[in-house]
Amino acid sequence: MINPAATASTMTLASLAPAITEIALATRICAVLMFDVFAGRTWRYLTHGLTLVVLAVCAWLTVSVGAVESRTVLFDGLYVADKLGVFLKLAALMATALSLFYSQTYLDRRRMHGGEYDILAMTALLGICVLVSANSLLTVYLGVELLSLSLYALVAFDRNSGIAAEAAIKYFVLGAIASGALLYGMSMLYGLTGTLSLDRIATVSAAHGAGFVIAVAFIIVAVAFKFGAVPFHMWVPDVYHGAPASVALLIATAPKLASFALIMRLLVYGLGGDPALWVQMLTVLAVLSLLLGNILAIAQTNIRRMLAYSAIANVGFILLGFITADASGYRAALSYTLVYVLTTLGSFGVVLLAARSDGEADDLDDFKGLGARDPLLALLMLGLMLSTAGVPPLVGFWAKLWIIQALLHTHHLALAILAVLVSVIGAYYYLRVIWYMYFDAGRAQTPIARETGTRIALGFNTLAVLALGLLPNVLLALCTRLIGTP
Amino acid sequence: MLKLGGLSLLSTLVWLPIGGGLLTLLIGDSRARVARWFALIVSLATLLLCVPLYQGFDHATASFQFIERLAWIRQLHAEYYLGVDGISLPLIVLTAFMTVPVLIAAWSAVDKRPAQYFAAFLVLEGLMIGVFCAMDALLFYFFWEAMLIPMFLIIGIWGGPRRVYATLKFFLYTFLGSVLMLVALIYLYLKSGEYSIAGFQALPLTLIEQRWIFLAFLVAFAVKVPMWPVHTWLPDAHVEAPTGGSVILAAIMLKMGGYGLLRFSLPMTPDASRELDWLVIGLSLIAVVYIGFVALAQTDMKKLIAYSSIAHMGFVTMGAFLAFGIVARTGSSGGAVTGLDGAMVQMVSHGLISGALFLCIGVMYDRLHSREISAYGGVINVMPKFAGFMVLFALANSGLPGTSGFVGEFLVILASFKANFWFAFLAATTLILGAAYTLWLVKRVIFGPVGNDKVASMADLNGREMLVLSVLAAAVLLVGVWPAPLVQTMEVSMRHLLEQILVSKIPVG
Repeated sequence: MINPAATASTMTLASLAPAITEIALATRICAVLMFDVFAGRTWRYLTHGLTLVVLAVCAWLTVSVGAVESRTVLFDGLYVADKLGVFLKLAALMATALSLFYSQTYLDRRRMHGGEYDILAMTALLGICVLVSANSLLTVYLGVELLSLSLYALVAFDRNSGIAAEAAIKYFVLGAIASGALLYGMSMLYGLTGTLSLDRIATVSAAHGAGFVIAVAFIIVAVAFKFGAVPFHMWVPDVYHGAPASVALLIATAPKLASFALIMRLLVYGLGGDPALWVQMLTVLAVLSLLLGNILAIAQTNIRRMLAYSAIANVGFILLGFITADASGYRAALSYTLVYVLTTLGSFGVVLLAARSDGEADDLDDFKGLGARDPLLALLMLGLMLSTAGVPPLVGFWAKLWIIQALLHTHHLALAILAVLVSVIGAYYYLRVIWYMYFDAGRAQTPIARETGTRIALGFNTLAVLALGLLPNVLLALCTRLIGTP
Repeated sequence: MLKLGGLSLLSTLVWLPIGGGLLTLLIGDSRARVARWFALIVSLATLLLCVPLYQGFDHATASFQFIERLAWIRQLHAEYYLGVDGISLPLIVLTAFMTVPVLIAAWSAVDKRPAQYFAAFLVLEGLMIGVFCAMDALLFYFFWEAMLIPMFLIIGIWGGPRRVYATLKFFLYTFLGSVLMLVALIYLYLKSGEYSIAGFQALPLTLIEQRWIFLAFLVAFAVKVPMWPVHTWLPDAHVEAPTGGSVILAAIMLKMGGYGLLRFSLPMTPDASRELDWLVIGLSLIAVVYIGFVALAQTDMKKLIAYSSIAHMGFVTMGAFLAFGIVARTGSSGGAVTGLDGAMVQMVSHGLISGALFLCIGVMYDRLHSREISAYGGVINVMPKFAGFMVLFALANSGLPGTSGFVGEFLVILASFKANFWFAFLAATTLILGAAYTLWLVKRVIFGPVGNDKVASMADLNGREMLVLSVLAAAVLLVGVWPAPLVQTMEVSMRHLLEQILVSKIPVG
């Protein structure tokens, strides 16, 4: 265990290098904010481009300056930098940049492109980065709140939309309860262990009493809420449906990486001494999410609600990886999260591009006849839907395979069979999108925006889904390197 | 190993059609003529590649040949591992052979998104060949599942009025069966540490493990064959699929179930197979007898041939599992290989005959746009050439000696006599039932006075249709009178398979 006092005494500017992502992001958020305030009407349109540049710079700094060889602890043990953290931050940066890039036309068309939008997205990203590097209950909470508060505001960004306001209120109220539960659980944990440091909690959590179980239960409520697992999923469909589509895209992607990190840091590391503390609770959440998510998704007529229930079901899969309480399962969960984020970026990107300019209506019916109306877009959606359904040769298949393999490896045969059976249910509603696109004649004849730039990006996004599906060893090697064997 | 421009032969067979299909897609529907010719040339080239494959194949050994082995997913010990033996070679040739008539038959009949249609069939061809030559279980599963995508689109886009229902049913049924097989494969991998099929075959397993794995495999393969009672997707899929889809479905895709039984179930779980052979044989006999009666009652030509396919595939599944009974009864493995041989010949033969029959129905459907038997009558008066072919294929379907249909059924019935008289008795009812439903179909559609004015206006075969049906007729007759090349190709592999399944895999102690 690294002694926090030792790191504190030798703190210099250079020793802050592992935290470069957060430092760079925070300072540049201020800079962009100032630019946006003083730029005036004429130059304000540059904010968006500037944001993308900032994200690129941060990504570059993360790799060149922030990379660490081994686990490094900073700020009196509040902050940890390791390979997993660096990579997750990089992935979050890219996911956020890509979702902002996909959203630009959508936002322009609805005149929502105030600079605040980009700045809130960046603060949410900062929250993700803090969370990813959290090594203390305090830092965890800081990250969770920074992320959540930014997202609440983003959901309500379209002030003329009643449904968005409703979604934001729901999200906010439920989110506040979850944060309360998190704080309550943390305070109990502090009372039992006398420390906020995850390093120290990790050393004592093996020898626990009954109080530990209650504390962990509260923490898991909050984790389940942030992840959107059943029965704490109520906000997911409303937010995906009510928020502006671009915000739904943002919420559906990068924060999933944060939720993954939350479990890795809090449960797997902090409370890893005795996984039995949380495995059973996560099992219940996973099974319920898999069943309810997949079954309710069938009944949806709105594509965003469908994707919301699909997200719930996929979270169930990610949780299955954790309940193995084994490195193979964490690895599988990581690859599943990455694959999910990559695929969802693409499918929401298509939804954004195909959304009609006259409103938020993105019924499944709007996809009818897309195969004839816009063959390229339909082909991309075809690949993305099949990947989410878990059909080879697309990468979604491998993500599911590793989860199942990890389950069998740890003798969870019943859960493995449940997982494959619900995938069959899930396949139905993904196939339905393909059916609407290709097998039905469309009603709407309005052409879809050309948007060459977005299309190229979407094309590469889908190509990555296919390429990783053909050569999945790249992904698997990466996840093995990041998680390693504890 | 034969090299072709850096690629080995089997890889070329798999990836040439897939690449060609993607290029056809790029050529696009606006240049349909170019796309058609291009696709045809690709499929012919693939077929030509089967010549060096057959010639280079060594009949004398049961080991895998034309092996290609590359690292694929190191972390999972899964390899890009291709090879053929006497079981897969005939099916690969059959796949390449049947794709060509499918493309020619669609030449003018498909005018909706023609380039995409041709592309889908080429991609499908490559994936199906991949299934047959994959020697790595994960690679096998990869092709096995990927194959569903083009077929799903083919039925869904170019199918009949209830195509959406039919194609979803097809996809979900098959998917459900396959995922359980995937669990079994992963289990075997965790046990053996590699995904190689040969490794799985050599892996000792307790009887309990074998039972569960056997059942998981059986679900996957029974859906694909299809066996009663999981056959209900097939009539729907066949009725709604476009002609080409029906042909490929009947000729190749159903064979994958049989291939799976021969490659996975029997050699990987021989003890469970011996223990549960009554289950497979029982289901097969139900398929032969009960489905035979169901076929009699059909009024839709495609549905009738679909049910006939299920009945005929019953011979494949039965033949594959007769060996245990024969050995138990006669005490020697001497005649036990007959059933396996019969299953294999029946697969190839059924591929040719059912494909040809679906093409014949397609010919009539193109003219009258009806599949109802009652809409026809007296076709021989207006289409004498066509009637000749139709009658030939119908006779082959009912097992007339001299056609390929006879050889397979005869071998299986012969083998079932050795196992159990009542098996043979029930299986032999097909000689009556099969003849009844097929010939009654012919009587109602082809013979008699001209049914109505629409039939009177039907034109006889054009050159393209003539070519397609002649080639298939030649193949049916060739296998019927001279099955030696086919039997020689598979014989050693079948004997090897028999040796494998008669040795218990239960670990001692």
